[in-house]
Formats: sequence, C-alpha cells, structure tokens
Amino acid sequence: MEFGTTFIILACVFGLFMAWGVGANDVANAMATSVGSKALTIKQAIFIAAIFEFLGAYLAGGQVTATIRKGMMDTSLLAGNPDLLIFGMLASLLAAGIWLLVATRAGWPVSTTHSIVGAIVGFAAVGIGIDAVKWGKVGTIAMSWVISPALAGVVAYALFRSVQRLIFDAKKPFQASKKYVPYYIFLVGFIIALVTMFKGLKHVGLELSIYESYGVAIGFGFVSMFVGKHFINKLKFDPDADHDYHFTNVEKVFGVLMMFTASAMAFAHGSNDVANAVGPLAAVVSIVESGGQVAQKSAMAPWILLLGGVGIVAGLIMYGKKVIATVGSNITELTPSRGFAATLAAATTVVIASGTGLPISTTHTLVGAVLGVGMARGIAALNMNIVRTIFMSWIITLPAGAILSIAFFFMFKGMFG
Amino acid sequence: MSPIDISNLFGSSPVSPLQAHMAKVQACIEALVPFVEAALEGKWSKAEKAQAKIVKLENEADDLKKALRLNLPTGLFMPVSRRDLLEVLTMQDRIANKSKDISGLMLGRKIEFPAAMNKKIVEFVKRCVDASAQAEVAINELDELVATGFRGKEIKLVASMIKKLNKIESDTDKIQVKVREMLFKLEKDLPPIDVMFMYKVIDWIGDLADIAQRVGSRLELMLAK
Repeated sequence: MEFGTTFIILACVFGLFMAWGVGANDVANAMATSVGSKALTIKQAIFIAAIFEFLGAYLAGGQVTATIRKGMMDTSLLAGNPDLLIFGMLASLLAAGIWLLVATRAGWPVSTTHSIVGAIVGFAAVGIGIDAVKWGKVGTIAMSWVISPALAGVVAYALFRSVQRLIFDAKKPFQASKKYVPYYIFLVGFIIALVTMFKGLKHVGLELSIYESYGVAIGFGFVSMFVGKHFINKLKFDPDADHDYHFTNVEKVFGVLMMFTASAMAFAHGSNDVANAVGPLAAVVSIVESGGQVAQKSAMAPWILLLGGVGIVAGLIMYGKKVIATVGSNITELTPSRGFAATLAAATTVVIASGTGLPISTTHTLVGAVLGVGMARGIAALNMNIVRTIFMSWIITLPAGAILSIAFFFMFKGMFG
Repeated sequence: MSPIDISNLFGSSPVSPLQAHMAKVQACIEALVPFVEAALEGKWSKAEKAQAKIVKLENEADDLKKALRLNLPTGLFMPVSRRDLLEVLTMQDRIANKSKDISGLMLGRKIEFPAAMNKKIVEFVKRCVDASAQAEVAINELDELVATGFRGKEIKLVASMIKKLNKIESDTDKIQVKVREMLFKLEKDLPPIDVMFMYKVIDWIGDLADIAQRVGSRLELMLAK
C-alpha cells in the first residue's frame, strides 16, 4: 500500500500524543478524589495511577478500542477505498487532540471521549456518507453517556448509605469500621477482577470459563481483603484525634480502603480511556497490515494497547503530577468515607462500560457518583453550575469535534489521495 | 488544567465558617460578663474597656457573617436548605448584636442597678451565656451530621443537645421573673427614667437566651429536611 508506513507512523504519533494527553490531564480527575480526601499523597497517587492505568489499558482496554476502531461505522461501504478510512481516523485523532487543546486553554470542561466520538461520527457521516455511520450503535453510546453518571450516582448513594448504617451509626464506629471495611475491600477486588476476566484476557494468553472467572475473582477479592486487613491492623486508635471531629479515627480506616478504590479507579480509567487514543490507531494499523482490507476481521495487535498504556503513563509522570496536585488540593471537603463511595461507584460503572465496549466519560461518571453522595446528604456543598456547564460543553463538543475532523479529513484526502 | 476539573464541583463548605462565626459570637457574649460585673460595681472606666472588647468582637463576627453570605452562591447543592443556614447565621449574629446593645445602653446611660440586685443579675447574664454556649455545642455537631448524612444516633445526640438548650433557656426565664420582681419592689425609690431603662436591660439580657434557643430550633429544622 502506498504511504502505508507513513500512515502508521502518523497514526502512532497522533495516538501517542492523545494518550499522553489522557495521562497528563484526564487521570487527574480519576485520582483527585483520593488525593483530595488525603487518603493518598501525590506520590502514592502517581505510583498507583502509573501501575493501574497501564494494567487497565493493557488488560481491559480492548473492548472499547474495538468500538472506536470499527464499532461505529459500516465499513463495507469502503471496500474499494481503504484510504478514506485511514484519512478519517487520522483526521479524528488530530481533530480531537486540537479541540482538547483549544477547550483546555479556554477553560471549557470537555471530555476526551466525546471529542473522539464526535470526530469519528463527523468524518464518517460527511466524508463517506450518512449510511456509513452505524446510528444504532452511536445511539447506544449517547444513551450510555446519560446512563453512566446516573448509574454511578445510584451506586454511590447506596454505598454511602450502607457505610452510614453499618459504621457511622454503630455504637463503636471505629470497631465497626475495622470489621466492615475489609468486606468493602473484597468487593473492590472482586468486581474489578470479574469484569476484567469476563471480557477475556485472550491477548495475554489467558482463557477462563465463567466458573473459573468467578473463582479467580473471589480469590482476588480475598487477597485484596487480607492485604487491606494487614494495613488496618497496623492503625492505632487515637482518642485525642476524635476530640474536634468524632470520626477522625474511622476515616483513617477508610483511608486504607481508599488505596484500593483509587487503584480500581485508575484501572477503570485506563481500560476505558486508552481507546480514545489508540482506537483510531488500531484501525489504521489493521488496514495497512492487511494490505488495504477494510473487512477488519483480524484481531488487534497487542502492541497497540501497550503503546497506549505507555503513552498514558508517560503523560502522567511528566505532567500529570502537577495537575493531580492542583485538582486534588481544591477538593478539601471530601473525607475518605465519602471519597470511597464516589470513587468505587464510578470505577465500577466505568469498568462495566469498558467490558461492554462502550466509550464513556470517566469524569462525567465520577461527577454523577459525587452527586449521588450529595443526595445522601453526605457533602457539605456541591456547585451545581458546573453540572450545567459540563452538560453544555458536551453538546458543543460533538459538533466541534465533527467539524474539525471533517476539515482534516478533506485535508488528508487532498494531501495523499 | 485538565479539560474537566472535577474540583470545581465542590463548593466551599459553609459548615466550618458557620462554626467559626458561632465561636466568635460566643467570645463576644462571654465578654459581657466582666463588663456587667464592672458596671454593677460602678467601675465605669473598667467597664468602658470591657465594652470596647465586645464591640471589637461583634465587628469581627459581622465580617465573618458577610464572608459566609458571599460564599453561598445560589446553585449550591447542600445537605441543608440555604434558607435554614442563613437563618441560623442571622440568629447567631443577633446574639453578638444584642451583647453590644446591652453593653452600649448600660455604659451610655451609666445605669446602676440597686446593689441588692447585683448577684442575681450576674447569675442571670451567666445563665444566658450558658444558653449561647450550648447552642455553640450543637452547631459544632454540624460536620458530624454531614458525615452521617443527618441520620441515626447523631440526630438523637443533637436533639438531646437542643433539649438541654431549651432547659437552660427556661432557667433564664425563671431568673428573669425574679430579677423583675426585685426591681419592682425597689422601683418607687429610684429615678423613674432609670427604672425604665433597667427594665429594658433586663429584657435584652433575657433576649440573649431566647435568640440562642432560636439558633437551636433552626438547627432542629435542618435535621428534619
């Protein structure tokens, strides 16, 4: 294929840049609740994020990447023109990247996921034809953007209420927290492991039946639980600490739990958001490597997820530290018990979406989860204006991403076509 | 800055500013005790210094009140209603205002109660300070209330604190009746205009406990939301 290597190199550069941006910026929100609730220091947050973002991207990023790569378009219309798909995917990456830069400069709260989805739908509908878009699938994705924050909100509400009932309302809250928090840790390990294995780890050479998956997930839950118990047992009850705020000691126990939920959140974020960067790259690579076939029956090369994971971690380490520190230090009113409820609810929702192959916005999901805790009267003050601006910005982001990618699509077509 | 900065979602909590305001108000009303003691003994230069301290604390409380009001934009989603919160703030502030008014009136007119009443009046003022202190104790539970989502045993704890506040307030009512009785027996031998203002001072001191009680009942409304 003419220019084949050029296309792959371009796609790698754009994809890596997007992954870098996801690592530098988006991870901050995923980790900020843990840093803000002082359950983790910045260093610990970076360490956890680096490991679990990478694992999430590499182990569980495949489904969403597949959706971005080929799920939203009917590629049979392109049988004779594989170039168009390549141009479109390159244009989408570039469009989403530039839109994010512009929006970030202007301080608009936009989401990486919405940018890339808007861009792909845009070039497909205009550059190729309205029929090229699988509108059913795109509709499902749009629906999931409404459902995911709502679901996370409900889960967060339920988790926080359970914490209130089991621990804060107990006769001896500290003893109750030592008793029940390990079970929450079990839940974290179990859910993350189960969802990851359900969607298969074939690309790392692991194939399990449903029963085996349950078995391993339960085992993983227990391992997390025992590690957590070890940390909790090391905590000492300090009666003086409870003088001003009676739950200071209890919150220390939740701090241990928060380490696990933060890991889960980083894992979930990596599994969903890596696709925004490497989905288009995967599409380009598969067309070029199959010599211009757009049927895309071939499996995705594992190195692509690896590249995405590396890009995210690079962005995180080079620039993310500063962003996490800024975002985290502005969240002062969140205690570990509330941070845990919001983070675990969001992580669970995101990892389920990842397993289903739906590209959702991790941050929107987290916003939904925080509102859920607020509904349970657990947060002193939430700024509802931000919810409105987020909603507005996602309405603007879709056409903005689309228009930019259409422009770039015709640009690439003119250059290489 | 990241494209979406989730920290924007968190408004600044009104709880600790409200508690800080109440602490300042409490300091203000407590300064009333040395003032009243000095005034009753006719040590007016000492009383003047004490009054200056009350005025200073009242001003500081005012600043805290204004800062908190400015920090409560509409569109804030809180576990308590914005209106109840502002009402509690207003009530708290009125305790400081009343302390300033009482000291201002007594100093301005150099009101000297009959010496026989001194002990009872000091007792009266101190009990009103107790009422306000109890209101502060209850207000200090607000962060725990948020932690527990305004449910369960924390609610019962705060309810019992408010019950104690009501009990203190009814004590002050009884003391007030006695103080008025004492003045009534002595009033014919005193200058009539002075007596009028003495009754006014007694009323205002009683108001302190009434307002403290209202802080408690506003807090009670928050529990029930």
